[in-house]
Amino acid sequence: MANLTKVQRRRKTLGVLGDLYAILIYTVLYIPVVVMMIFSFNDQRYNYYWSGFTTQWYGKLFGNHALMDSLWYSIVIAVLATVISVVVGTLGALGLKRYEFRMKKFINGMIFIPIIVPEIVLAVALLIIFMNVGFALGMGSILIGHCTFCIPYAVVTIKGRISGDGNTLEEASMDLGANRIQTFCRVTLPSIMPGVMSAAFLSFTLSIDDVVMSNMLSGAKNTTLPVLILSMNKSGVTPDVNALTTIMILVIVACMLLSNAVKAALRKRSQAA
Amino acid sequence: MSTHINDTADLQAISRKRDVRRKTIPALAQAGPVSVWMILFVTLPMLFIIYISFMSRGVFGDVVYEFSTESYQTLLDATYFKVILKSLQVALFTTVLCLLLGYPFAYYIARKPPETASRLIMLIMIPFWTNSLMRLNSWLLLFQTSGPVNNFLQWAGIVDAPITFVYTDGLVVLGMITNMLPFAVLPLYSSIEKLQKSLLEASSDLGATPRETFFRVTLPLTFPGIFSAVILVFIPSLGIYTVSDMLGGGKVLYIGNIIKNQFGAIRNWPLGAALSVLLLVITGALIFLYTRFAKLEDMEVV
Repeated sequence: MANLTKVQRRRKTLGVLGDLYAILIYTVLYIPVVVMMIFSFNDQRYNYYWSGFTTQWYGKLFGNHALMDSLWYSIVIAVLATVISVVVGTLGALGLKRYEFRMKKFINGMIFIPIIVPEIVLAVALLIIFMNVGFALGMGSILIGHCTFCIPYAVVTIKGRISGDGNTLEEASMDLGANRIQTFCRVTLPSIMPGVMSAAFLSFTLSIDDVVMSNMLSGAKNTTLPVLILSMNKSGVTPDVNALTTIMILVIVACMLLSNAVKAALRKRSQAA
Repeated sequence: MSTHINDTADLQAISRKRDVRRKTIPALAQAGPVSVWMILFVTLPMLFIIYISFMSRGVFGDVVYEFSTESYQTLLDATYFKVILKSLQVALFTTVLCLLLGYPFAYYIARKPPETASRLIMLIMIPFWTNSLMRLNSWLLLFQTSGPVNNFLQWAGIVDAPITFVYTDGLVVLGMITNMLPFAVLPLYSSIEKLQKSLLEASSDLGATPRETFFRVTLPLTFPGIFSAVILVFIPSLGIYTVSDMLGGGKVLYIGNIIKNQFGAIRNWPLGAALSVLLLVITGALIFLYTRFAKLEDMEVV
């Protein structure tokens, strides 16, 4: 009896220790985000130390043309990269899962390269190729770079959602008289939609946060927001960037919560039906 | 007889044609774009960078297209060799700490009911949707010479004079660990979660102490997760230059910074290419080891 309580007591202590440990880790992960937000209210042009509360940066940031231009540039690239990666990735995931062809093993191996190899290596390799064929650096080169690492993630994410039971549903659909495109839109796509959505979300976040690829492949003129931040680092990142990043993270979290709420509502409805 | 042969030949032709329509065309349409993209923008650049690494640098920073191992010899120079060793050290240190910190954390999450666990995982991901450079910048703000951490240490009487944290390897490692931790936690979590509880119960029923159960059942069975974590933390840490740029202020140089510089102001492409090939070789070796006891496709990368 005494033994049992000892075990129980031990479990309880371990449980409390576990909770404390988890809280500690979460604190460390959230400290940078919270500090970033706090310093967006800093009343100082150069963000080295705290010198008073202000909300002026939230108004002023829209007047900072360099910042707004780079934000717009980043968003356009991220949207395009997401669309291309999701289309190529969805088709690729289906093709690589369902068909056998000679190069399949090789392509599967190639897909893992951008995921595993350090990004700088791929960026530099692309840079050398572009310079050699005379492809001008700019939005096109950054876009190709981003797609090159987003497509593999999209393929892997979507492949995980394709059921292993072959294409019986598709065959049934075609036997019932639907053509290939109808079958794709009405049968295949809905069944892998959750994977497609997470691939889109992943591609967008990877692209908009990317520094290395954009830094190596951007031309002299325009650049993305992360590259601008990297270049500010020597002189100090100004508080309007903190304000902008704060807005961005709030928007992303809001979208996340909204999409979760929509998903939950849809699930409830389909259960009720 | 001859018509019969003709019939089968016709049938074969028809079935081949049907096969083309039913299989080849959709296979091409689906797997084609991704294959072309990967060959154009992964295979070719990778082969080309290996090729460039065996060329040499011209007087004006151009590439002289003649075979030479000059770049690889340069890597053995004391200055570069030191940087390579230091990068390996820092990456190794980051990996070990991420594993030590991440394993108990992943274990904690994996023991929770699935609903709670997926919420806890989500809670790890949210900070990572904030721009990574801005998160690094926060550490810089906290650890400034006149920043909050130094102020606190002085106020508490722990130190007399402020400590210089900024632009040191220590701060860079802190930045590395906080940036890399999720890449260790996620694969660890999914391998611990797959672990069957019955095995642990069997182990303890057979008289093993919790410690024995951990070292002889849990740890070996979650080894694929551990190795995935090693790959996903060690390799990026080895090549990353943003952390050392942001927190090292150009004073802390790792392989990634050196590569970047060769393609910027210094303009020595073959040397940068040789360093990239070094990273490729290290990556390849680790992946080869991994495939000896687990399938690459099973690696939890997302």
